[in-house]
Amino acid sequence: MSLRPAPVRRWPSFQPGEAVKQIMTGSSHLVPVVEAQGVKVSFGAVRALAGVDLVIRPGECVGLVGHNGAGKSTIVNVINGGLSPHEGTIAYEGEAPGRHGIASARNHGVRCVFQELSLCPNLTVIENMRVMHRALNGWNWRSKAVAAITGKLGEIFPGHRIDCSRAVGDLSIAERQMVEIATAFADVGQKPKLVILDEPTSSLDASLAEQLLAHVRTYVVGGGSIIFISHILGEVLSTATRIVVMKDGRVVADRAAGEFTQAKLVQAMGSVVAEKKDARAARVLKSTAPILSLPPRGGRGMPFEAFSGEIVGLAGLSGHGQTDTLVDLFHSHSGNWLQRSNPAVAFVAGDRGYNGTFPLWSILKNMSIASLGDVSRATFVDSGHEAELGEQWKRKIEIRTQDMDNGILSLSGGNQQKVLFARALAVRAPVVLMDDPMRGVDIGTKQEVYGILRSEAEKGRTFIWYSTEMEEVCICDRVYVFNAGAIVAELTGSDISEDNILAASFTEAVASKAVIGGSIA
Amino acid sequence: MKINLSTDSVRLLIPALSLIVLLCAVFYLQPRAMSYTGLNLLFNLAVPITLATIAQMLIMTVNDLDLSMGAFVSFVACVAATFLPTAPLIGTIILLAAIAAYAVLGVVIHVRQLPSIVVTLGMSFVWGGLAVLILPSPGGQAPVWARWIMTSKPPLMPMAIVASIIIAVITHFIVMRSSFGVLIRGVGGNTRSVERAGWSIISARAGAYALAASFAVLAGIALVGLTTSADANIALRYTLLSIAGVILGGGEFVGGRVSPIGAVIGALTLTLAGSFLSFLRISPDWQIGAQGAILIVVLALRLFLNRLEKREKGR
Repeated sequence: MSLRPAPVRRWPSFQPGEAVKQIMTGSSHLVPVVEAQGVKVSFGAVRALAGVDLVIRPGECVGLVGHNGAGKSTIVNVINGGLSPHEGTIAYEGEAPGRHGIASARNHGVRCVFQELSLCPNLTVIENMRVMHRALNGWNWRSKAVAAITGKLGEIFPGHRIDCSRAVGDLSIAERQMVEIATAFADVGQKPKLVILDEPTSSLDASLAEQLLAHVRTYVVGGGSIIFISHILGEVLSTATRIVVMKDGRVVADRAAGEFTQAKLVQAMGSVVAEKKDARAARVLKSTAPILSLPPRGGRGMPFEAFSGEIVGLAGLSGHGQTDTLVDLFHSHSGNWLQRSNPAVAFVAGDRGYNGTFPLWSILKNMSIASLGDVSRATFVDSGHEAELGEQWKRKIEIRTQDMDNGILSLSGGNQQKVLFARALAVRAPVVLMDDPMRGVDIGTKQEVYGILRSEAEKGRTFIWYSTEMEEVCICDRVYVFNAGAIVAELTGSDISEDNILAASFTEAVASKAVIGGSIA
Repeated sequence: MKINLSTDSVRLLIPALSLIVLLCAVFYLQPRAMSYTGLNLLFNLAVPITLATIAQMLIMTVNDLDLSMGAFVSFVACVAATFLPTAPLIGTIILLAAIAAYAVLGVVIHVRQLPSIVVTLGMSFVWGGLAVLILPSPGGQAPVWARWIMTSKPPLMPMAIVASIIIAVITHFIVMRSSFGVLIRGVGGNTRSVERAGWSIISARAGAYALAASFAVLAGIALVGLTTSADANIALRYTLLSIAGVILGGGEFVGGRVSPIGAVIGALTLTLAGSFLSFLRISPDWQIGAQGAILIVVLALRLFLNRLEKREKGR
């Protein structure tokens, strides 16, 4: 594009003061990609945005942080044209605010990667390109799509092994996320100018996330713009050039990234500083018999054992058998045909939309479904008892709603997740299995849930917790590290650290690849 | 052994196999069927069913279900047996209006968020009533050209087989290869993401419904071409036959997972199952039950293969 008005500048992230000066002075002649002014949006009585000003200029990566419900998703939806502001204006590339809508936003090069999967699972990767890019037409759109998507995938995630002729539904969740990201960055006749990434790394493991962040940095250096939303503050701090903090539908801070530290960010978001790993007394539990155990998966690695009152973490790169282990544990301890009166295990799903919530049901029904046996009298549900159970858990874990009879979808993602926790905790099962349940949940909610987990573990419950976030794994009493479907290491107490876990998941990967390598090569 | 098949080919495998098995069984029972005339007789009635199945499949692509398919095909047959031979212009206008009505239905169902089952069930009475108004008692005559097409004798293969192949190829191209097909399957798979990419869901759904109605119109005309006369109730059983054909051919009720080739094969299998049972000399009282049993066996096979595939993937 020869029309770009200014040469590309690099942000020296190590010199924050300089960067700010450039933003203040140097970019005044750069036409902003998007300029939102005084945007107000309300859903019924709930005010989602209370007058937001946000300017995105070419060549900057804006980190957008805030709690769930702070209005991040709403402002993103306004910028990508999916929502029309009730007050205020949106101007793309300096043009006078005209007809607002998805099509006009896309014509100005605004692309969006959503938190939940927004590809069509029944279509192949190539066909999804056709759906996502209207500009991709003509008789040979298939070959054009193949060239664009394979090129982009290779550029962002070198070494990926995604077959673009496969249906998206057949891919793993991480692969889908990779495809979605590559689709958004792909250039087919219409250059992406602003890519909005909403929790893009939530399903990616550490190495893939690093590849993505590296690509974001080069893309920004090349003059593109990014809005980066993440609950992992380290990522935002290391990637963004400017950070915008939102709270209660307003922008409460908007400064160069270098001026923030993790603590300052958390403070700006208005929540307590994330406390470090709490010193749970390393307890001697191994003397008793394990409450749960599994033989080594596929005859390789170490066996799995869990003891009463323990929080056991499952770590390792994503998709290396952690979820399968949880599912195996669940199936081997739950009735197949008949409902057990005393369930042995409860399950907290990670993919809320897929196997978590009942979208048409109320919050209360969503919560009580697992313990209907307890609230029934002579096989009829005792609604008084059910409501009482609901109130009890609403108080206990602070589900933010006026009325438990509201639909589950009226809650923000974090609060929906709390309901799923309540569902599992309300069951008398001594073991709770958790499949990365904190995906995209804000820090405040996480802290509350960690507290609940600890107090429940004190009472003798066992938690088996698969998490893709290192911070959560480090809370656990004992951690199993997975690789290629098998447990390759067990860490306890003070051995649980980011370095040790990464070392375990990578060194073993090399060793076991050498074995499998023969059959692949 | 490593099974390396895409989900789509597995979807096609079962209907194709069941058709071949049924065909072999028919040939074993009645070797005389193994001829040009025999095959034509076996599959003659399959052509309108195939077209109706394709129409149903298009509706199912956008996650809806058409319970008025049989009534609509009957209505078209009545129009084709009365207006088309005598007043072709009026007949054509009526049929085009019917297609437009389908498009409007698709829009109304989407805009008002109505369940398609309820709307189309209601429409089935409308179409049925119109058919009785047009043709109160069985009769009418087929347009000469429709009769000519349906009774033509192409070289090498009987007309029914040729027609099925042509239908399969054309619909495969429309649904699986063209941009429009990708779009409507996308609507079935994830409406929200298609909308977010800037497409108009309304026009996509209107297009899918109109295309379905066009195939249903062809089904009605083909039916009249075969039977030479029509009746307001001539095709009522097509509603369930078309749904069964789509499912048998590897399609699913929701999620935009359909297969046009599979749907054609499914329709052929269903037609053949009837003949097969007659050759077995099963009394007509038991035939519907036996047809159901065949359906269950085939669908059970498909579930089994799906499970096998999942296990392969888990490794």
